[in-house]
Amino acid sequence: MSVVSETVDWFSRAATWSGQDGIPNRLLEHLGYTALTVGVAAVVAVPLGLYIGHTGRLRGLAVAFTGAIRALPTLGLLTWFALIVGIGLTAPITALVLLAVPPLLAGVYSGVESVDRRTVDAARAQGMTELQILARVEVPLGLPIILGGLRSATLQVVATATVGAYIGLGGLGRYIIDGKASSDYPQMLGGSLVVVVVALLIDGAWALAQSLTSGRRTRVLA
Amino acid sequence: MTWAWENRDLVLELFWRHAWLSAIPVVLGGVLAVPIGWFAHRKPRLRGAVLGVVSLLYTIPSLPLLVILPLVIGTGFLSPLNVLIALTIYAVAIMARTASDAFGSVSPAVVDAARATGYAPARLAFTVELPLAGPVLLAGLRVVSVSTVSLVSIGALIGVSSLGSFFTDGYQRDFTTEIVVGIVATVVLALLFDLVLVLLGRLAMPWAATVRSQA
Repeated sequence: MSVVSETVDWFSRAATWSGQDGIPNRLLEHLGYTALTVGVAAVVAVPLGLYIGHTGRLRGLAVAFTGAIRALPTLGLLTWFALIVGIGLTAPITALVLLAVPPLLAGVYSGVESVDRRTVDAARAQGMTELQILARVEVPLGLPIILGGLRSATLQVVATATVGAYIGLGGLGRYIIDGKASSDYPQMLGGSLVVVVVALLIDGAWALAQSLTSGRRTRVLA
Repeated sequence: MTWAWENRDLVLELFWRHAWLSAIPVVLGGVLAVPIGWFAHRKPRLRGAVLGVVSLLYTIPSLPLLVILPLVIGTGFLSPLNVLIALTIYAVAIMARTASDAFGSVSPAVVDAARATGYAPARLAFTVELPLAGPVLLAGLRVVSVSTVSLVSIGALIGVSSLGSFFTDGYQRDFTTEIVVGIVATVVLALLFDLVLVLLGRLAMPWAATVRSQA
């Protein structure tokens, strides 16, 4: 039997769709890790990004930090954390958060910075407080770029959570790691295809959100 | 650190392997993406479509891509070619958009002036647009190089050895030192690549100040 028909066969098996190792459960796990990670990363990165974007302070530090994290190999970070922290969710989620912060941070401060300084000055001249400027001018106008940061952070997490299966994380990466361990290529391929579809759908959803908000932007400016 | 010294042959061997596995995609990605970016810049109506397809490729997570590629291109599952091709795809995906922006950053007045002086299209592209887009292209290539070096290690999960093998091996043996050595070596390699790119940029464009990437 060819790999393709074996993979089709894998998809058509009842066991592939039910139980702890079924696609619905693994998908939920994967989405859960992603939401948790992006949520925690946002708690750190959004306020910091708003501060950097609005005041222009710490910008050099943020750029350096972002670059440094990007140079760190994902797999190295995951395995290292797993050995230090031990089995459980803490190690992979911490590593995932660390990797999600830089794109998110960059998105938020670039978004705020992208707003025309004259618009900000006009808002200030109208008597808006700094917080009002941030909340009512900079965030709404910079929203497409801020969402862009969320978009790349989410994609990064979806991809890295797959790798996380290597250190015992659940989710869709299990099919690839378990399939490799038992030389079950159809399972690896099937799992990979599911991850790709999920990544494309999530990216599509973010793209939609971005285009909706940038539509509002043009109306505001017009 | 004694471990790294005792195993210096292995560290060096994997360092070189890792260097090659990263260098080829960075170079290929740059060479392929610059014309794509130029085309996208020149044909604004096709820009969205071209960059859309390219960024769609970037959406595919790396580990699944490494699993799917052998089936699509018919390589062996353990072949380093899978890693090279996957990383070249990512390099093109990141670089094409930057290249299109880079050509967009060239002042239209300069391009018009060159055209008015009688520059043929090819000469215009190579001797006016390309050098002026150079600094932004270089900034993009630096981003590509860093992310490529760090991505190569994923290949270790499917059996393509690189510095990433220290991560899988160290994890299996519960040996933190090996993992840390792998991380440090990867970061050193990324810094070396960056240094080479910056130096090449200084050589090729002595007039330009180094542009830092935004993202």
